[in-house]
Amino acid sequence: MDITFENVSYTYQRNTPFEHKALEDLSFHIKSGSFVAIVGHTGSGKSTLISHLNGLSIPTDGKVKVGKYLLTHDEKPGDLKELRSKVGVVFQYPEHQLFEETIEKDIGFGPENFGVSESEIKERTHEALSAVGLSETLLDRSPFDLSGGQMRRVAIAGVLAIKPDILVLDEPTAGLDPRGQKEIMDMFYRLHQEQSLTTVLVTHSMEDALKYADHVIILNKGKKYLEGTPEDVFVQKDALKQVQLDVPEIVQFIASFNHKFNTSIPFSNQSTEQLAKQIKQALIGDELE
Amino acid sequence: MAGNLIEFKDVSFRYSEQDPWVLKNVTFTIKEDEWVAIIGHNGSGKSTIAKLINGLLFPQEGEILIGGKKVTEDSIWDIRKDVGMVFQNPDNQFVGATVQDDVAFGMENRGITREVMVERIQSTLEAVGMSDYQFTEPHRLSGGQKQRVAIAGVLAISPRVLILDEATAMLDPNGRKEIMQTVSQLQSKQGLALITITHDLQEVVQANRVIVMNKGEVWKESVPREIFTEKEELRKIGLDVPFVTTLADALKDIGVSISKEPLNHEELLEELWTLHLRT
Repeated sequence: MDITFENVSYTYQRNTPFEHKALEDLSFHIKSGSFVAIVGHTGSGKSTLISHLNGLSIPTDGKVKVGKYLLTHDEKPGDLKELRSKVGVVFQYPEHQLFEETIEKDIGFGPENFGVSESEIKERTHEALSAVGLSETLLDRSPFDLSGGQMRRVAIAGVLAIKPDILVLDEPTAGLDPRGQKEIMDMFYRLHQEQSLTTVLVTHSMEDALKYADHVIILNKGKKYLEGTPEDVFVQKDALKQVQLDVPEIVQFIASFNHKFNTSIPFSNQSTEQLAKQIKQALIGDELE
Repeated sequence: MAGNLIEFKDVSFRYSEQDPWVLKNVTFTIKEDEWVAIIGHNGSGKSTIAKLINGLLFPQEGEILIGGKKVTEDSIWDIRKDVGMVFQNPDNQFVGATVQDDVAFGMENRGITREVMVERIQSTLEAVGMSDYQFTEPHRLSGGQKQRVAIAGVLAISPRVLILDEATAMLDPNGRKEIMQTVSQLQSKQGLALITITHDLQEVVQANRVIVMNKGEVWKESVPREIFTEKEELRKIGLDVPFVTTLADALKDIGVSISKEPLNHEELLEELWTLHLRT
C-alpha cells in the first residue's frame, strides 16, 4: 500500500499552555513495496509520524493517505479497524505487551480481534511462529518463560499474524545483543521481500538504514529535513551534523581517507572487502606514478 | 596507585536451586579510578553483576567487597551511597513529578541540604544537556531525555562508582556520545570508577579495560585493543567488533600489512600513511 503525507501537522494538547507541535507541514510519499528508514534526533517527531500510519493519531492539519484510507482532522474515518488490520506496528520493546497465558493465545489475540476464524488463526499462528524462527513446541508455554530475545520474537509473530500489508518497526533491535540485532533485522528484511511488504523502519542506526533501506527520510523538529536514497543522503555529512546525526562509519572513513591521501574513492554502499581493495588500489596506484 | 574499589571473589549466583547458575566462579577487581566495560551476549550475566554490586541480589557462593566492605544485608545501605546505578528502561526509574524533583529524589533520601541540592540540580542537568527542562513533567519527555535525567539524578549523589547498565541503548548516536563524554569527564575529574555494561562498541573502545562475559563466566579480561584481536572468537559468542578492525582485517587479507590492531579511524589512517610513505 502506498503512504502519502500531504502538509501534515500534528499538535499535542492544542490550545493549552502545553501546546507542542510535533509535526509541521510534513509531506512525503512512500511507494508500495519499498523499505523506508525514518531517522532523526530524539524528539524529532518519528514516533508521532508512525502513530499516524494506523490512525492512532489523526493529523491536526493536512492529509494522510494509507492505501485507500484517508485521515484528516475533519473526516473521522469510519473504517479505522480495517486500516489497523493492514498496518502492523511493532512498537519499541514489544515484549512488554505480551500478556496471555500461552504463546499460542498471545499470537492469536490480534487476528481474533479482527474477526479471523479459528482455523485460520491456527494456520497463521504456525506461519508467524516459523517466520520468526521459533519452534512450534513452544506454543503451549507461557511467553514469560522465554528469554528477552525470544519474547520479542513472539511479540513480532503476533503482529505478523494479522497479515499486514505495511509493517512499521519502531527501533526493533533496541536492547538486543549484536547477534540478536542482526538476526532480527535480517528476519525483517526477508519477510519484507517474501511477503512484498511495505516496511517503515524508525531507527537511530545509520548502519541499519544503510544496509536495509532503499529510501531514507531524515526528520528534524517535526519537519522533513532530507530525503532520498541512502547513497545520496548519507554522504551529506555537514547537513546531517547540523541536526546532530552522524554519517555511517564507512562513509566517515572514506571521507577521512580521501582527505588524507588526496584520493577520490566514491561511496557506493560497498562492502568492507570492496573498500579494502579500493584502498589497496589507491595506495599502489600512487606508487606507480 | 589507586586501590581496589570493587572485588568479586569466586562469586556464583542463581535465582533458585532448580535454576542453572547465572554466574559461575566470577573473579575480578575494579580500581577506584578505572573505567571498565562489561560486554557479553544477552543472558551472559552482565546485569546480574551490576545487581550484585549494590546488593539487589546476593551471591550463593563467594564474596563481594565494595571499598573493602563486604556486601551483606546489613551493609547495603552504606554501600548504596557509593554506588550509583542507571538502568536500561527510563520509565522504570523516573519517580519525580518534574525533572528537578526527580533529580532531587536521591539527594532527599540522603539528607542533602537544600542549597547544595539546588546547585547540584543545576550542574547535573547542565552536564546531561537538560537544563531547559528543569520544570518539565516526565510524560512530556522522550525516552532518551528521561534517561539523561536519570543519569543527572545519580550524578547528584556523587557516588564512588557509576554503573550504566545499557543506559544509553535508547539514546540516539549524538545523545549517546554526549552522555559518554559527560560521564567520562566526570570519571577522570572526580576519580570516579565507571562501569558500563553495553553492546555499543564505541563505549567499549573508550574504556580502560574490558571484561567479556560468556554464559555466566568471565571469558576474557583485557585492554580493548587486545580484546578486539580475537574477532572470530568474539563473533562466535554473539558479539561484534568495530568497523575499523574489520576493515584492517580485510586489508590484511589482500596483503596490506597492518602491524597494530587499530581502535579508531585515526589509528588505521596513520598505519596506512606510514605504509604509503614506505612504498
